[in-house]
Amino acid sequence: MTNAGSVNPPLWLLLELTYSCPLHCSYCANPIDLGNKQEELDTETWLKVLIEARALGAVQLGLSGGEPLLRKDLEIIIKKARELGFYINLITSGIGLTEKRIKSLKQAGLDHIQISFQSADQTSNDAIAGKKAAFEQKQKMAKLVKQYGFPMVLNFVISKQNIEQIPQIMALSCQLEADFVELATAQYYGWALQNRDHLLPTLQQVRLAEQQVNQFRLQQSNTAPKFIFVTPDYYETRPKACMSGWGSIFINIAPNGMALPCHSAALLDLPFLNVKQHSLEHIWYESDSFNHYRGFDWMVEPCKSCDEKEQDFGGCRCQALLLTGNADNTDPVCSKSPQHHQITKAVEHASLMHHSEIMSRTLKNSLIIMSSKQI
Amino acid sequence: MTDPDSVLTLNPSYRMQYEPAQKSHVLLFPEGMVKLSPTAAEILELLDGKASVQQVINQLSQRYPDAPSLNEDVYQFIKVAYDKRWIC
Ligand code: SF4
Ligand code: SF4
Repeated sequence: MTNAGSVNPPLWLLLELTYSCPLHCSYCANPIDLGNKQEELDTETWLKVLIEARALGAVQLGLSGGEPLLRKDLEIIIKKARELGFYINLITSGIGLTEKRIKSLKQAGLDHIQISFQSADQTSNDAIAGKKAAFEQKQKMAKLVKQYGFPMVLNFVISKQNIEQIPQIMALSCQLEADFVELATAQYYGWALQNRDHLLPTLQQVRLAEQQVNQFRLQQSNTAPKFIFVTPDYYETRPKACMSGWGSIFINIAPNGMALPCHSAALLDLPFLNVKQHSLEHIWYESDSFNHYRGFDWMVEPCKSCDEKEQDFGGCRCQALLLTGNADNTDPVCSKSPQHHQITKAVEHASLMHHSEIMSRTLKNSLIIMSSKQI
Repeated sequence: MTDPDSVLTLNPSYRMQYEPAQKSHVLLFPEGMVKLSPTAAEILELLDGKASVQQVINQLSQRYPDAPSLNEDVYQFIKVAYDKRWIC
């Protein structure tokens, strides 16, 4: 089936350049199967992807990972992307960044840098990130990023472990002169789902944090950072409109070249194609995987006959699969879902103290979970 | 900040460019992008950090002598763009 008539071109391309990462965050939404480093795409294939995506109309480019700084050809990729007219965002932990590297990224044509922080003080930041001295390095790099004239986005993944530090986090963001600050509660896929009981904040914590952010905004001048607070959808009664609709603006390329409609879609049982074998044009317009959840024909009840389906597209396919066992189902976040109790149960569970050990994202744990799945 | 003598320019961390795939100018910034109307793109192009708001309005009224509420429209757009930090 060709969809070229009714499907709009992609606007946003995210390249996950590598799954390798020096940090071990328990909230990481990367897949549990961290993949095989040997399968990572070579420079030439990444450049091919850029050319094809730009020809289709994509203009926003995110470079992430893992830790994209671990790719030695990062500057080559950025240079090509800039030549082609992409607006380029590097999403990094800041670990491994040096002044020299910042200079060469600027020269290559990078537009802005997003640094992820785990918390507002050294002790809790480094505990969450699973690495000593991470905080100090991040702070130093944030200052240099500004010094070299990059707009800077700070990203704090908010969880039970740091939600009570929101005021300190906002103060730190001002001090570092961030332009945008995302305070996003963890999404419960991949590693984060394994650790959900340790991460999901309670409703009271979320409401208090919301209040604190709103209050701060009210007394802010026009120049201070713009704060974006994303609440966990577990406390909503309607799901998020995932990526503005499946296959409607976004393409994610995994380190091994697999083209996905969202960063966690690999866990769905769909025949995703690889950019090594197929053109992006074919993948975007013609592949079964991208067409599968486009439009509304795939829906089951209650979404099928719901008059809100054009607003939220039935929510997240990955969440539907992970929590209901079938990706076609209504996202259980929706209060109309017959499985909505999965969410309320998880909320109750997470508000009790739990004794299972929190699992960091390391290669060793990755192997343990993968092998226990296969048994 | 948005009176006749203000001199404004595109926020240096934003980029405006023409996108053939969308047949329009877009404004690109860290958290997203906006598709601009032809008039919005024209105004943003004229705000070059040298011309004052009044000079920009003069230029536009030469180009569009018959536009009825040009003055007001431009001010309104500039105010919105300023509040959204597209220009500074
Ligand atoms: S039933 Fe489906 S379409 Fe309706 S509001 Fe819930 S998730 Fe959205
Ligand atoms: S399917 Fe789910 S995980 Fe994927 S982008 Fe949509 S909301 Fe996010």
